[in-house]
Amino acid sequence: MNRYEPVIGLECHVQLQTRSKAFSGASAAFGGAPNAYTDPYTLALPGTLPVLNRVAVEYALRMALATGCTIRRLSRFARKHYFYPDLPKGYQISQYDEPLAERGKVEFVLDGEVRSVRLTRIHMEEDAGKNTHVAGAPFSLIDLNRAGVPLIEVVSEPDIRSAKEAAEYLRALRQLVRYLGICDGNMEEGSLRCDANVSIRPVGSEKFGTRTELKNMNSFKHVQQAIDYEIVRQSQLLDAGERVVQETRLWDAERGSSHTMRSKEEAHDYRYFPEPDLPPLKIAEDEIERVNALLPELPIARRRRFIDRQGLSVYDATLLTAEREIAEYYDQVVAAGADAKKAANWVGSELLRELNREAKAIGDCPISPIALAELIGLVEEAIISGKIAKDVFAKMYGTGRGAREIVDAEGLVQVTDPSAIEAVCRKVIEANPKQVEKYRGGNDKLLGFFVGQVMKETGGKANPEIVNRLLKRLLS
Amino acid sequence: MSWHWQSAAAIAAAVRSRAVSAVEVARAHLDRIASLDGKLHCYLRVDEKGALLQAAAVDAAVARGEDPGLLAGVPVGLKDLFVTAGLETTAASKILQGWIPVYDGTAVTRLKRAGAVLLGKLNMDEFAMGSSNENSAFGPVHNPWDLERVPGGSSGGSAAAVAAGLCAIALGTDTGGSIRQPATLSGVVGIKPTYGRVSRYGVVAFASSLDQVGPLARTVEDCALALEAIAGHDPQDATSIDAPVPRYRDQLGGDLSGLRVGVPEEYFAEGLDPKIATLVRAAIAELARLGARTVPISLPNSIHSLATYYLIAPAECSSNLARYDGVRYGLRIPAEGLGEMYQQTRAAGFGAEVKRRIMLGTYALRAGYYDAYYLRAQKVRALIKRDFDRAFSECDVIATPTSPVPAFRLGERTADPMAMYLADIYTISCNLAGLPGLSVPCGFVDGRLPTGLQLLGPPLGEEVVLRTAAAYQRTTRWHERRPPLATEGVA
Repeated sequence: MNRYEPVIGLECHVQLQTRSKAFSGASAAFGGAPNAYTDPYTLALPGTLPVLNRVAVEYALRMALATGCTIRRLSRFARKHYFYPDLPKGYQISQYDEPLAERGKVEFVLDGEVRSVRLTRIHMEEDAGKNTHVAGAPFSLIDLNRAGVPLIEVVSEPDIRSAKEAAEYLRALRQLVRYLGICDGNMEEGSLRCDANVSIRPVGSEKFGTRTELKNMNSFKHVQQAIDYEIVRQSQLLDAGERVVQETRLWDAERGSSHTMRSKEEAHDYRYFPEPDLPPLKIAEDEIERVNALLPELPIARRRRFIDRQGLSVYDATLLTAEREIAEYYDQVVAAGADAKKAANWVGSELLRELNREAKAIGDCPISPIALAELIGLVEEAIISGKIAKDVFAKMYGTGRGAREIVDAEGLVQVTDPSAIEAVCRKVIEANPKQVEKYRGGNDKLLGFFVGQVMKETGGKANPEIVNRLLKRLLS
Repeated sequence: MSWHWQSAAAIAAAVRSRAVSAVEVARAHLDRIASLDGKLHCYLRVDEKGALLQAAAVDAAVARGEDPGLLAGVPVGLKDLFVTAGLETTAASKILQGWIPVYDGTAVTRLKRAGAVLLGKLNMDEFAMGSSNENSAFGPVHNPWDLERVPGGSSGGSAAAVAAGLCAIALGTDTGGSIRQPATLSGVVGIKPTYGRVSRYGVVAFASSLDQVGPLARTVEDCALALEAIAGHDPQDATSIDAPVPRYRDQLGGDLSGLRVGVPEEYFAEGLDPKIATLVRAAIAELARLGARTVPISLPNSIHSLATYYLIAPAECSSNLARYDGVRYGLRIPAEGLGEMYQQTRAAGFGAEVKRRIMLGTYALRAGYYDAYYLRAQKVRALIKRDFDRAFSECDVIATPTSPVPAFRLGERTADPMAMYLADIYTISCNLAGLPGLSVPCGFVDGRLPTGLQLLGPPLGEEVVLRTAAAYQRTTRWHERRPPLATEGVA
């Protein structure tokens, strides 16, 4: 197996979540009754003309700039022709030899190391509609809601060397488009789609082998499985002295295998030519500057900052940068004065657990970053214990009230007066003579029992450190 | 009073002053169509109800003291390439038969807003491909000056209807001469504006980088009026020009002193009917008499226009016509399987010339041939345009014949596509360069077949072209002659 090195490149289609379509005013929303989101242009009625959606251009620019691409100041749309009922005009408006952006890179972490995959190009195009073949019926159903939805196609260089790396690259791409607010990255709904070009070559060889193109993989898992399957398939062919045939293969997730969709000979001649209905797309210098200035801190840079400057663990930094909104929430908690590591713990465990439990977005979180910082501050200042803090947190989450407010209203302020605590400790010791005897007989573990009793007596408000210290002294 | 020979300007003035009602003018035209169009076949569809409703609305506006618009009550015919809401639009093709659009194109909307009364849809060559109107799927148009002859094409119905008094103004489209050539053969005025001057939104596409909308009328003034109503930027057409529209009708006066008229010898070469050459040179002499100075110029690359055009236009048409697949509208021939349905629908729906051009274009765009054909054609196109740029540094307007021949007989050229294509030899370069071009009647071959003078201007030079033609028309009487058929009909 390991005598071969896989060479993989991905072509990803990213649906841009604009309100209207790429070249007309029809809604670009997902779902909807079949053909509800159409207009004369989407239906390719005679006489209709495309008008470029400038928001789509801005979204494409965000991605191009976030991946460090060179932006063409003058790019061109082209028509790509083929006949199919989901393509109403008989051609797709795409970009061909003069794409919007070229030569970028996507960075991500693979096995703890930062990897970089180069991008060949990013170009703009429009999506096709959907054909549904009705089993047994002498017709197919056509839904053109998706037709004309703006896409960018992100084409990577063949820099990827394993199925796992391909999946990680794709995850990074998904994270990036979500950070940029241009796509929800939903692979099941098809707002992020991926085709893979896969070939293998003997380890040490510089020459590329014959590649196949894999389609129809609608999850990270499928991408990884399909590529692994293809690597094994090609390896077996070469081992058997056979040749890999250049073709397009369709992944069948249910069977866990792929099959030939069309051979190279059956490939379309798309008859590309410049779209005469659209002038060349001009990108002004100030537009690039404006979009650049509005780019958020990107995941990989943010992760680095969290590790280097906030002192977070790799695990925490990765977790907190997975989504832009979470990272920004965390940053705001720290900005409100919370300790960086404690804030990471609170956001990364308590908060995310609650949100996940309710499948809530952090934007809908009932606890504001400032409120969380206040709670963390109360623990820091030993006004409440960590344990009480968790109860307070639950109350904050449930009611939206502030930490201080809850603590004051419910008298949760931590007891730190040693004499008050000592009185409780003595009471507990007196009430449990058998346990005292066992402890003194050498069963150190029973200390926890006494601590628990004291906390119970004080409603959890006693400062645990003081309780520990006093109990040890009184029991010795 | 026979309103059908009145100019649009006169009709609008009369309607505005309540000398006549728009309904009365519309009625007169509808009656004339009913009695004459059986012989001519200009109209594919007459929208009597719609026309009378629009006319009544204009009259009501006048009665309320409102401004009824530039073209108040003017009866207008539309080439059947214009998309009209609620009114069948076919592009004279079987493949679109029965298609009732849900929207109006921009030019149509602007005409309505200007108070025009839209009489119906005019015959044409299928998808605007042709120079004789014989490629209509619904039968040819007959030239009002000689019913045995073609009116020119592809806006043949538009030109003939104007010539026969079946409308005051007609809209046409011009991709390689489709307004100017039939205007010439039918003895009327037609202007193809600068590419992008009039929106293409709602015009069934033939060749997107060449198509342009323009009016045909019996006088230059009426063309100016109609152009003013329909021109201007349209956010729905990304190729439309964002420049203010001049008041063309106010630019028509004055003599031509100081005007430099360029005369390219390449446009008086072999193949030009000597009788037409004589008439056109006489017309140029008339321009000189009106104060213009003639300047010999050269447009050496225009010789390649036809070859260039017949790569670019079919390439774009093969793409634009891909949408006629039987899936969403128009003709569908049911068949076993999708591929078979496509093939049978398109085989049955498109006429021979349309198929020929789809095949030419498909061939030109094939992978590996694109550079040799389409791309090279675009390079030659740039050279042709550069010739004009250079020429317009030496002159203000260029004068040439519009057509090398007068109207030919029906059937005379249908067997020979090359002979048919040559009918556009003088008009095509103007489309390739995106320039404004106009044809104005300048005499009759053998005293009975009209011919025209073509005037070309620089980009957005509609005014100089219109002004030159208007000056010519003020001192000549060609446009006042009426075809013999018309005088036999009801007055």
